[in-house]
Amino acid sequence: MEPIKIEAPIVDQKTIETLKAGDIVLISGIIYTARDAAHKRIVETIEKGEKPPIDIKGQIIYYAGPAPAKPGMPIGSVGPTTSYRMDPYAPKLLELGLKGMIGKGKRDQKVKEAIKKYKGVYFGAIGGAAAYLARCVKSAEVIAYEDLGPEALRKLVVEDFPAFVVNDIYGKDLYEIGRSQYQELFKF
Amino acid sequence: MREISAENIRETVKKMCIEANYYLPDDVLSAFDEGIKKEVSTVGKNVLGILKENASIAAKNQIPYCQDTGFAVFFVEIGQDVRIVEGDINKAIKEGVAEGYTEGYLRKSIVDNPLFDRKNTGNNTPPIIHFSIVPGDKLKIKMAAKGGGSENMSRLAMLKPADGVEGVKNFVLNAVSEAGPNPCPPIIVGVGIGGTFEKVAYLAKKSLMRPIGDRNKDPRYAALEEELLENINKLGIGPAGFGGKVTALDVKVEWHPCHIASLPVAVNIQCHASRHKEIEF
Repeated sequence: MEPIKIEAPIVDQKTIETLKAGDIVLISGIIYTARDAAHKRIVETIEKGEKPPIDIKGQIIYYAGPAPAKPGMPIGSVGPTTSYRMDPYAPKLLELGLKGMIGKGKRDQKVKEAIKKYKGVYFGAIGGAAAYLARCVKSAEVIAYEDLGPEALRKLVVEDFPAFVVNDIYGKDLYEIGRSQYQELFKF
Repeated sequence: MREISAENIRETVKKMCIEANYYLPDDVLSAFDEGIKKEVSTVGKNVLGILKENASIAAKNQIPYCQDTGFAVFFVEIGQDVRIVEGDINKAIKEGVAEGYTEGYLRKSIVDNPLFDRKNTGNNTPPIIHFSIVPGDKLKIKMAAKGGGSENMSRLAMLKPADGVEGVKNFVLNAVSEAGPNPCPPIIVGVGIGGTFEKVAYLAKKSLMRPIGDRNKDPRYAALEEELLENINKLGIGPAGFGGKVTALDVKVEWHPCHIASLPVAVNIQCHASRHKEIEF
């Protein structure tokens, strides 16, 4: 399958409409890392009626907390973290215009509904392939919540970052599709 | 009495933490090769190929295989004829972890308090240390860098004795099935059976220190390991959860005598970044 190249942030709604569960994408441009603690702070800020450190519109958030960069390297190893922990926060961010989320693992029904309703996409990266994925990161900079250490909000410039479309706006789910093709034991 | 210095332990622990995170063990790498042969899904094969490449990039550049460099978990067997000199062994292990995680550019993933504050301790301490006293004059330290994502998919149940073998099998398969793509498959499944509430979790964790392919010495438990592995690989989850036949690389079962009223079972899931080191002094 030929990978689809996409630019981040996502400015054209058509990009989202063309993406289907199972597609392989190569993401280039600016993305932001945020995981549990950063999500909590972003959403709390929004709920207080204040402005979060980044304009959410059109952005792709990468659920990741990198290892520290060795001297001369832009970033340390940086693979995805498990996404369901961000499920309580994701619908709010999608409502505010978030277009993409990169992580690993299943999302809950509310997130899948929000993806359809607000036209976003959930990408799955290969969990644990952190040294491999770090090569796609050209620069990294902490832009907020520095006290959170690995959980700080970081701006990354990425080039051809590989991921799979897991949940699309049409309600399809790659994890379910993939599993159904190879499942032989159905009791569980 | 054989004397081993705390300083020696500290220095060794520091190296273990760094090396465990940079170099994936040979048993895991061989299991990836086997997995590529067995996997029928093209995407699954590609994922396994990427994991191999990931391991070689990590080793070559001396960077962590996974950004989650884990909770440092130790199993320390102290021979009863060993005396630790020039310091405290707990402190030596803790300092070794702090230095290893700092000097090795490993991620610090521990918060000081689980419920309030959740402030990062900044050096990946404290570690989890399980001590046991054994005969002889050796000191054996086994270390695992245990990732949080797979740990979160682990489960424990106090089954009824009437649930028996089928109950245990169903519990393990349900745990793996529910975890699906979350714990970074292909996984290694550690199963503890028997003992008490705390012992069974310990057994499940300890079983993960055995190399891939190693079977339980009791043929009935060895057969159970093989049957569980075969059935887990029929769940269809596959590498990275994108579908396939290679969901688990191995299943390990450890057991302990238990109370007449109980049948405890624990499932500790290990991601493909199965980082473990073992040193004998």
